[in-house]
Amino acid sequence: MKGYLAGRLAQAVLVLWGAYTLTYFILYLLPGDTLAIMLSASGMEADGLSAQELAQARAFYGLDKGVFEQYFALLWGALQGDLGQSLSLGRPVTALLAERLPQTLALAGTAIGLSLLAGVGLAYLTAYVQWRPLKAALARLPSLGFSVPVFWMGLLLIQVFAFGLGWFPATGSQGTASLVLPAITLAIPSAAVYAQVLQRGFQGVWQEPYIATAFAKGLSRAQVQARHGLRNAALPLLTLVGLQVGNTVSGAVLVETIFSRNGVGRLAQEAVLRQDIPVVLAIVAVSAAAFVVVNLIVDLLYPYLDPRITHTAKVS
Amino acid sequence: MSHPPLVEVRDLAVSYRVAGERVKALKQVTFSLAPGETLAIVGESGSGKSTLANALLGLLPGNARVDQGQVWVEGVDVAHASERTWRTLRGRTVGLVPQDPMVSLNPTLRIGRQVAEALVLARGRRYRGVDADVQALLAQVGLDAPALRARQYPHELSGGMRQRVLIAIALAGEPRLIIADEPTSALDVTVQRRILDHLQQLTAERGIALLIITHDLGMACDRADRLLVMKQGEPVELATPRQVLWGAQQPYTRALLNAAPAFVPRRRPRAQPGQPLLRLHNVGKQFALPAPAGTFTALQGLSLSLHAGQTLAIVGESGSGKSTALRIALGLETPSTGHVEYSGVDVSGYSWRQFRPLRRRVQLVQQNPFAALDPRFTVYDSIVEPLVAFGLLKGPALEHKAVELIRRVGLPEQFLDRLPRELSGGQRQRVAIARALALAPEVLLLDEPVSALDVSVQAQILALLDDLQRELKVAYVLVSHDLAVVASMADQVLVLCHGQVVEQGPAAQVLGHPGHPYTQALVAAIPGHSRSVLPVAV
Repeated sequence: MKGYLAGRLAQAVLVLWGAYTLTYFILYLLPGDTLAIMLSASGMEADGLSAQELAQARAFYGLDKGVFEQYFALLWGALQGDLGQSLSLGRPVTALLAERLPQTLALAGTAIGLSLLAGVGLAYLTAYVQWRPLKAALARLPSLGFSVPVFWMGLLLIQVFAFGLGWFPATGSQGTASLVLPAITLAIPSAAVYAQVLQRGFQGVWQEPYIATAFAKGLSRAQVQARHGLRNAALPLLTLVGLQVGNTVSGAVLVETIFSRNGVGRLAQEAVLRQDIPVVLAIVAVSAAAFVVVNLIVDLLYPYLDPRITHTAKVS
Repeated sequence: MSHPPLVEVRDLAVSYRVAGERVKALKQVTFSLAPGETLAIVGESGSGKSTLANALLGLLPGNARVDQGQVWVEGVDVAHASERTWRTLRGRTVGLVPQDPMVSLNPTLRIGRQVAEALVLARGRRYRGVDADVQALLAQVGLDAPALRARQYPHELSGGMRQRVLIAIALAGEPRLIIADEPTSALDVTVQRRILDHLQQLTAERGIALLIITHDLGMACDRADRLLVMKQGEPVELATPRQVLWGAQQPYTRALLNAAPAFVPRRRPRAQPGQPLLRLHNVGKQFALPAPAGTFTALQGLSLSLHAGQTLAIVGESGSGKSTALRIALGLETPSTGHVEYSGVDVSGYSWRQFRPLRRRVQLVQQNPFAALDPRFTVYDSIVEPLVAFGLLKGPALEHKAVELIRRVGLPEQFLDRLPRELSGGQRQRVAIARALALAPEVLLLDEPVSALDVSVQAQILALLDDLQRELKVAYVLVSHDLAVVASMADQVLVLCHGQVVEQGPAAQVLGHPGHPYTQALVAAIPGHSRSVLPVAV
């Protein structure tokens, strides 16, 4: 078990480094002069400055060094916890993240919780209902859920619940009420995927001979589904939850833009537009770390859900 | 009869709705079962015997309907009973020992909890001392270390142990009837026998009636007081084993009886002198285990030689090293010690690439014809695949060869366009044999070629294999745990136990006068063997 954990942690570090490096070089390859973009962002024209002033600015931001030199400088700083200065905002990246991250974590956390609740709930209900028309209708809901675009769903929710009924604020990031609509918007596609997979899982498990054994004991349908069906049907779900965390990050970019929330997602969108390499790099590193950590947790949870899986070497 | 019957079925008809049409699964079934009696329902797949078992448990699938007739269980008419009524009967009046122990226990729950669940249901509530009762029950069904077993998960137990757990679950509700649906067909013969003995002893002690569902007429005759023979949903004969064996009135029962491979070693010409096609010399295989366990010896000191037109049978139970021996002979596994010779050439050190031309000479027919064919390949695609892979034939010649092969295995030409799911088990196995013959191999490895098939189909496939051997002079290595199959096919027999060869020699000698206790146990475990009334020669 210890060896497994050490291996997985080393793997996680490797993934983080890979993501960081890949992102850096992709950003470097993007066309455009970083300094010109920075200057235009702060309202100045590069043409209005003398060559000497430009060189000074370049040296100040470390842009005169080679690609690899810049890369290693950034990497070394990142290892020491210094993610550098934002090129366009002129503030330390760590401070920016500290300000924006809690917003996004609250949004993503709520969305993941909601999507699991809705997805598992829907699939459980579908498996339990026996009246065919309702069962068929419930089984078709997930495909509707992930075929509706996130932005459209967001606008629809704003239209109905913010402008129409006035229950929740349409925009902003103050208070719990402002979290509701964005979290629902973000949760719907994931919930649909969970529901679809779990519905399939139940369909498969319902045919298993151990279900017949359970019925033959004299258990009721509800008991069989709760004690023998759910856990077996939910096995594929765990892997999926790990993978969906990635989607939640990219979903956050959209949702935070629609609902004008000051989160990491919007920061990412702005940073990419301004080619703010340190900020984008930091965001990639943070989301990669989240992805790796969640998937590690998923893998460690597996043996508890399915005793047939073990991370320790088996001796027969 | 002094007692009122425990189960009475009168004129029962059940049908399934399949693709909008109603298909009759049971017609005019009438029988009764007295308390403490053992009744066997015998028939092939599709004879409706499982439908009947499900009808007695109220577990018919959603597309099934009871069309007419009555079923009384302990005086309650249950033919159209509600789920609520059934729940009071299941477990407490009627228990089930399901077919395949490997998949009939919930893999994510501990054994103890699954048994306790049945106990708690029977008592109506959770109670103190349920753990002690679980362990007592596990001990009664013959499990060692019941306290340990209760904490284990199903995958940590062998098939036989799992079947014992399932018997414990069936006994937990103290039912008056236990339905055993092909209770041991997935287990090794010697395990089968011990478990059936134990099940019968337990039910006899408690006065529980036993309903055995089986396709094995020999086993049914051994175990049951009365037999109900079913054919296509209709009962064709209801009689005692003695009546069935000595004067089966119905042609179908006689056919079933004759179809079962008789335990008669066949007399065959001696092996032709000359170079053996395949020779294994002192072959052993060790697998490395994680430290500190060291190594596991799967096979040790195996020597055999196979001549053209001969059949060599390797007999043994799960874990005896049969599969390892086959894989070594096929070149999929390299032996740790000893060497393998093809026509006198030592191939044990060959690389994958060096071995590839030799694969044409040795082909494999696998155990499960339902899994051995690619479900998306037509029969034609499957049969010609080896020829295409070796680039031997093209265009019309390939099509011509495919027609020749499919005729050779006794299937009509039109089958070439079909998909595996449109074929029966026996037809699939024929396709698998045609595929194996495509490259005109000298040696065919048959891994339990008929164990997944009905008895009457088994006989047809065995006859086909026999014809092919006579015509093509192909040599067989047959791996089987069914000694009746082995007796009807083999010239030489080799008995493996825990990776060791315990007995080896001509079939008539090994099966007729087994020397080793293990072989004796195997021979004794053949259903019907212990019964002197069975009119087959031994």
